[in-house]
Formats: sequence, structure tokens, C-alpha cells
Amino acid sequence: MWTWFYKLASPPYVYGAAAALAPWFLGAAALALGYGLIAGLAIAPPDYQQGEAFRMIYVHVPGALLSMTVYAVMAVASAVALIWRIKVGFAVAAAAAPIGASFTVLALVTGSLWGRPMWGTYWAWDPRLTSELILLFLYVGVMSLRSAFEDPARGDRAAALLATVGVINLPIIHFSVVWWNSLHQGATIVKLGAPSMDASMLWPLLSMWLGFMLFFAAVLCIRVQGEVLNRERQSTWVRMAVKS
Amino acid sequence: MTVGALAAFALLLRRELRLSFRRPDQLLQPLVFFLIVTTLFPLGLSLQLSLLRDMSPGVLWVAALLSSLLSLDSLFKGDADDGTLEQLALCGQELALIVVAKTLAHWLVSGAALVLVSPVVGTALGIPPAAFATMMLSLGLGTLTLSWLGAIGAALTVGLKRGSVLLSLIVLPLAMPLLIFGAGATDRAISGSSALGALYFLGSLCVFTCTLAPFAATIALRITLE
Repeated sequence: MWTWFYKLASPPYVYGAAAALAPWFLGAAALALGYGLIAGLAIAPPDYQQGEAFRMIYVHVPGALLSMTVYAVMAVASAVALIWRIKVGFAVAAAAAPIGASFTVLALVTGSLWGRPMWGTYWAWDPRLTSELILLFLYVGVMSLRSAFEDPARGDRAAALLATVGVINLPIIHFSVVWWNSLHQGATIVKLGAPSMDASMLWPLLSMWLGFMLFFAAVLCIRVQGEVLNRERQSTWVRMAVKS
Repeated sequence: MTVGALAAFALLLRRELRLSFRRPDQLLQPLVFFLIVTTLFPLGLSLQLSLLRDMSPGVLWVAALLSSLLSLDSLFKGDADDGTLEQLALCGQELALIVVAKTLAHWLVSGAALVLVSPVVGTALGIPPAAFATMMLSLGLGTLTLSWLGAIGAALTVGLKRGSVLLSLIVLPLAMPLLIFGAGATDRAISGSSALGALYFLGSLCVFTCTLAPFAATIALRITLE
């Protein structure tokens, strides 16, 4: 059982697996995103209250979900790397951070573009918006801490510890922001209905979410290859892989 | 010569406090910073005391967080630069114990001092004296929690040349719950309603960080020291 674990942790194996998996993930992501975009933007009927503007949901909600998923992936990879001293975990965490930050920016930008026609403002201090913004700060902190060290191995471990501390704090931050909102102001944004969506709107959304996940997996595979190559550039297997 | 854990803790705490009191200017600088920042807000906003009173919890808390953060930068720096920290790490005592002693000493000279001057600032910002007890208690709990969070940040950035901005970047997002509940408690005390809920939450955050942060800071120190 443990041989499987150690094999998984060895850089050449991870490099090969990532290279082999990336095209599959990319193809599957294209299928899921293709269906989701066509069904969501063209086939699904406009919302009875929001009209065509509701279609922003197909980018915004998957982006927001992924921003949190990627943080969890980064934190788990960091914790695994710190606890079991598995170097590949650092490579995965380093590869995931900019992707997660991009998803967070995507969620924030689409959210504010969506907020303009719906709420009449680009930005409201809604608990979800605020925690998303704090999540972006956490990503930026982890990334800048990693790059601040001259010794990459040290930067890796420092960033991994910060990511782990951050993931423990994330629920606390989220719930305190929710609490803060209920303390300072009433619900200025009326939540539109319960999440009872019609199937013609829901399936494209689920497909978009799946597509985003697959796209993240594909980009992660590609970025992990780069990180592993960079970290292992002194070793012989990298020279062999680059030569061939 | 071997020293028991408690004796070592007491020795280290006394050393830290003595070092701080030998340099009174460094002791006063964060407090003066606190006063200056709270002076900036009325100058930038307006002189209406009613408006000021509405904003005062937020102003007070933002200033307190920034001022505590300013002094956190030097938590491990001095000892790391002259090699004392490495000697402490090698001396055979638990490194976590050393982290706790240093952080506690830091809070006593920065956070606790901030709590003591806060009524002066509170009066200037129009906070009624009836709210002082809640304000000081929340500030005490909040700055102590910030010291623990900051110990992790300071340990992570101790080897870096320009660590202070990075330290703020790392610690401030983690400290946002403190601002929310601290300012919330003060706000409630000013309006005369019960601030117990927010104070309980601050207390639980304080206990939570007290128990876990020393170990995280210890791991961080081991990463940056070796």
C-alpha cells in the first residue's frame, strides 16, 4: 500500500502523470464548458426578474466555488508537504495559488459587473463579497511570502505553513463577516428566491461548474509540470526528459 | 546547568521586559503612533462630535491594530540578527515556550499599554465613559489575539530584509474577525446594549489562538532559522 503512496510522491512519476492527464482534462473541460455555455447563454430562458443579466451566473458561481476549492487543494497539498515532507506537495501548492487567485479575481469582477444592473452598484459590503475579497488577500499573502525568500525551499515551507494557518482561519473569517453584516445593517440585498432553479437553468450551471473543475485540473497539471521541472532541474531525470 | 521549564519561562519573560524598559523610546513609539492615527481621522472627516462618535469604535480599532502590528515586526528580529534566537532554540528548552514568553512580553509592553491609554483616546473621540470597560476589555482580548497571530507572521518573515510590509499583508486578513467583533463590542457598549456576545467571541478567539498559534509560530521559526 505504501509503495503506491511513495510512487505518487516521486517527482518523475508526478511529472509523467501530469503530462499524461493534462490533455484528457483539457478535452473533458472543453466538452463540459461547451455544453454549459451554449445551453446557458443561448438555450436557457431569461430569468423572469433579472432578464438576460442572470446569465452572468454561469461564470460567476463556478468561479466563486472554484476560488474556495482551489484554496482547499492548496492547503491540503501544503499540509501534506509539511507533515510528510513530500516535496511534490510544495510544487502542487505553488502551482495552485495563482490559479486560485485568478478564480477569485474572476468571481469578484463578474460579481461586480453583475451587481451593477441588479443592485445598482458595482460593490456592496455583502458578506459573501467581503469574504471573497479577504480570500484574495490570503492568496496574495501566500504568493508574496513564497517569492520573498531567496531560498525557494524555505519560501515553499513558509508559504505552506501560512496556507495551512489560513485554511483554519477561513471559516472564522467567513462567519464573522456574516455576523458583522447582520450587526451593522439589515439585509439590503434581498436574496432572490430559494435556490429552486428550473432544470433548463440548473443543468448548464452544473456543467459549467464541472467544466471549471476540469479546467482547473488541466491547468494545474500543466503548471505542476513546470514547477516540478524547475525544482528538480539539477537531477538527471530532468536532463533526460528535456533532451528526449 | 539545567533549568526547569517554568524557571526558564520566567527568566525569559523578565529578560524581554527588562530589554523593553531599557529602551523607553521604542516602548512609546507605538503608543504615539496610536495617538497620531486617531488624530488623523477627526482632521480628515469632520468636527461634528455626533458623527465622530458613530465612527469612533472603527477608528479606535483600526488604529490599535495598525499600531500593534507596527511593533510586531521587531518581535523576533533583534534576537535573530544577533544570533540570540538560535542560541535560545538550541538551549534545550521547548521552542514553543520561548515563543510564548516572547509574545507575552511583547503584548505586555504594547497591547496592554495600548489598553491603558485607550480611555484618553476614547474621550477625544466622544466615547462615553460608561463604555470604557467594554472597550478596554475588547481591546485587551483583541490585541492579545493579534499578538499570537502576529507571532506566526513575525516568525515567517524574520529572515527577510523587507519583512514589515509583508507581515502586515499576511496578518491583517487573519485579523479581520478581531476588528469586526472588537469594534462591534465597543459599538454596542456605546449604544447601551449588551456587548457580551461579541466579547465572548473575542474571548474564544483569544483562547483558540493562545493554544494553537505558539505551535504554528514554532514551526515557522524552525523553517526560517535553519
